[in-house]
Amino acid sequence: MVRLNVNGRMVEVAASPDTPLLWALREQIGLTGTKYGCGIAQCGACTVHVDGQPVRACSMPISAFTSNQKIITIEGLSPDGMHPVQVAWRELDVPQCGYCQSGMIMAAAALLAEKRNPTDAEIDAAMTNICRCGTYNRVRAGIKQAAQTRQG
Amino acid sequence: MTMTETTQPSRRALLKGAAAGLVVGFHLPGRDALAQATTTAATTPEINAWVVIRPDDTVVIRMARSEMGQGTRTGLVQMIAEELHCDWSKIVTEYVTPGQSLARNRAWGNFQTAGSQGIRQSQDYVRRAGATARVMLINAAAAEWQATPEHCVAKDSVVTHRPTGRTLRYGQLAAAAARQTPPAAVTLKDPKDWTVIGTSRPRLDTADKTTGKLVYGSDLKMPGMLLAASQQCPVFGGKVKSFDAAKVRNMAGVRHVVQAGDNAVAVIADTYWQAKTALDALPVEWDYGPNRNVSSDTIAAMLREGLNASEAFVGNTNGDAKAAIAAAPRKIEATYGYPFQNHAPMEPMNATVVWTPTRCDVWCPTQNGEAALAATAAAAGLPQTACDVHRVDLGGGFGRRTTHDWLTQAVLIAKQVPGVPIKTLWSREEDMVQGRYHPVTMCKMSAGLDASGNLTGLHMRISGQSILAYVFPTALQNGRDAATFQGLNPTGAEGQFGYTIPNLLIDHAMRNTHVPPHFWRGVNHNQNAIYIECFMDEMAHATGQDPLAFRRKLMGNHPKHLAVLNAVAERIGWDKPAPQGVFRGIAQQMGFGSYVAAAAEVSVDAAGKLKIHRIVAATDCGVAVNPRQIEMQVEGSFSYGLSALLYGECTVKDGAIVETNFDTYDVLRLAEMPPVETIVMPSGGFWGGVGEPTIMVAAPAVLNAIFAATGKRIRQVPLKDQDLKRA
Repeated sequence: MVRLNVNGRMVEVAASPDTPLLWALREQIGLTGTKYGCGIAQCGACTVHVDGQPVRACSMPISAFTSNQKIITIEGLSPDGMHPVQVAWRELDVPQCGYCQSGMIMAAAALLAEKRNPTDAEIDAAMTNICRCGTYNRVRAGIKQAAQTRQG
Repeated sequence: MTMTETTQPSRRALLKGAAAGLVVGFHLPGRDALAQATTTAATTPEINAWVVIRPDDTVVIRMARSEMGQGTRTGLVQMIAEELHCDWSKIVTEYVTPGQSLARNRAWGNFQTAGSQGIRQSQDYVRRAGATARVMLINAAAAEWQATPEHCVAKDSVVTHRPTGRTLRYGQLAAAAARQTPPAAVTLKDPKDWTVIGTSRPRLDTADKTTGKLVYGSDLKMPGMLLAASQQCPVFGGKVKSFDAAKVRNMAGVRHVVQAGDNAVAVIADTYWQAKTALDALPVEWDYGPNRNVSSDTIAAMLREGLNASEAFVGNTNGDAKAAIAAAPRKIEATYGYPFQNHAPMEPMNATVVWTPTRCDVWCPTQNGEAALAATAAAAGLPQTACDVHRVDLGGGFGRRTTHDWLTQAVLIAKQVPGVPIKTLWSREEDMVQGRYHPVTMCKMSAGLDASGNLTGLHMRISGQSILAYVFPTALQNGRDAATFQGLNPTGAEGQFGYTIPNLLIDHAMRNTHVPPHFWRGVNHNQNAIYIECFMDEMAHATGQDPLAFRRKLMGNHPKHLAVLNAVAERIGWDKPAPQGVFRGIAQQMGFGSYVAAAAEVSVDAAGKLKIHRIVAATDCGVAVNPRQIEMQVEGSFSYGLSALLYGECTVKDGAIVETNFDTYDVLRLAEMPPVETIVMPSGGFWGGVGEPTIMVAAPAVLNAIFAATGKRIRQVPLKDQDLKRA
């Protein structure tokens, strides 16, 4: 039994300790907003926050976490979907199929928590998630709009 | 999860005595499921197959096409809302099932969501459905007031009796409207009167994609559900020889170890991770079949032979190209190539299946509900009337989900555990090596030019795979695959060649291999546009002519092709110098009923590193239903097309696909995505697609700009294998 702090609540996970955090979130804890895309930390569809840092949950076993570490998933990013990144995403119609967007939003939120007003180069470096539909330019615009909202 | 009815027998179906509606199902969260769960036949009869209005004024619009990110949901709702005059804010949508459609004599028409057809092929009948419903609502109001319908108007879901100012809401009228006799004919609005079509409405389905709430097929949960991980023989056409189930049967969570068909094994467990862990440990011996010796090299040799073969299928011809080229004072020849590529949608293939000896239901993301139903029934060993397909939004499609090999497998797996919901989910690795690939081709371009640099003869010899030969062999015309010539056709509204050349021959030496080809966003246009548009550039440069001016000389009979080309040339500033160190390329093509062109600005540094600074794209799709959605599809087409150009390549070794994940099958990332300026220039009078057309010109525009920058003509995709250092 591994104890995890997910979205502000303690959960006991009855899974093998080598189970990736992604699959514990999806299958034991029931949070399916975090997506499986590659399983090898390439695509970022599984991005969650661990103590505020973006982490690719597919490649981290649950045994690597302590119950003191705060894990936040897309479901816990905001109580009402009103995080500035989520608001900007809706205003700019960023998602297409949407499958990668939980990870995109989590990566973007982590970037904005670190840098209030990221430059294009900083966005390039931080946003390595894969989108196949081609939302990249709207992701960039969404990050900039969210940054403005926060400062406004 | 609660059990609930997801589909309701409609009044009309019941009247017909048809067995519509399966009263078994699972409540799925999300907009559509919510609509399904609260729509009841008793309180809310449909007005027609496409429109249901609830007493609370909610307008339920039904969908036959599938939403996979291309925006068809919003576009189709705009079609119906334009004629229905309903309150936009009260609209929800729901998927109909192919089983319901089958029971009602295909009341919802074609479910296929491919070929950029979702809107353009259904626009007429869905607009008529909206208009019909509006007339029935007005007639119901008029009957209630004992007034003449001509004195009533409908707006924002309210019918007003003009002489008296009395009003009734659609929700109040729906039940009576459903009893009205549908009008024999309706007149659709003149396009000049449109207020919904042509506007940039935000998507109806964005909110749940920002909170993780949207339930994709891979997220489905059902009571008692088990999870399956599967592996097929890595060589197409191979089979399972044996597997040692005892080695994994006692692993955590494992319930069953099964063979699916003759070519796959699967582990069924309590969780997917347990199933996958056990599958990875399962010893399997394969009978690789006859294709173990096929490799990229042997395929390339076969294609090269086809470049000069005497026999070929003709796609477009006039005059005598071979004679004209032979007689020309100036000859130019070049050979191009395009590799296998995987669709790689972000959501791997998956399906959830409940099979019993008398009934089979599946829940899955599919681009074609009817084809999914046929595949389900065949695999289930049941008639289609004993099966149904319940759709969820797709985590990407791009053509991969128009075919249902993965669904067949999921049914064959679930069939071995009757009555238990089984979700089969492919790993990314399985998805990569069991794809249905972009066809592999080569092309030899041969041209003759006169002393003034005028093109007098062109021979385009394509050698390579036929998609139809593999997918729909009955669609071949005496062996010829007409789809091979997309964008190269002499006539037609779908993909007409944009040049008039005095002596022309475009032909195809069909050379198939065991790697299954399939429709892949843009399909055969992707290579055809590179072949013709890069060679146009080659001919212009070889004769010292401007690539735009060279094309214009051949496009006098093709004003719509020329208009989009001129538009991008003007926007990019073709007649003015590019910024220092930046170089330009252009391309045009017609496909999926639309005319598109692109202009690219690139630089290549001393180390050979490419930077795409700017893309300008123009689209004439006849009618622009939602300009913002078109911009998104144009941007997406560049992202997908530039991924293909920069990185897209699946190679074959020992009969199997080598690339297994995004580490070896890389795709475009955000940092590489250029700014895209989209010119939407609908000329009216026709309905063209937008999901795919722009991908056709993405690669050739950039390749032509690379030549301008480096003097190097890249004739083989992808660029990752090429040295771009200045020649």
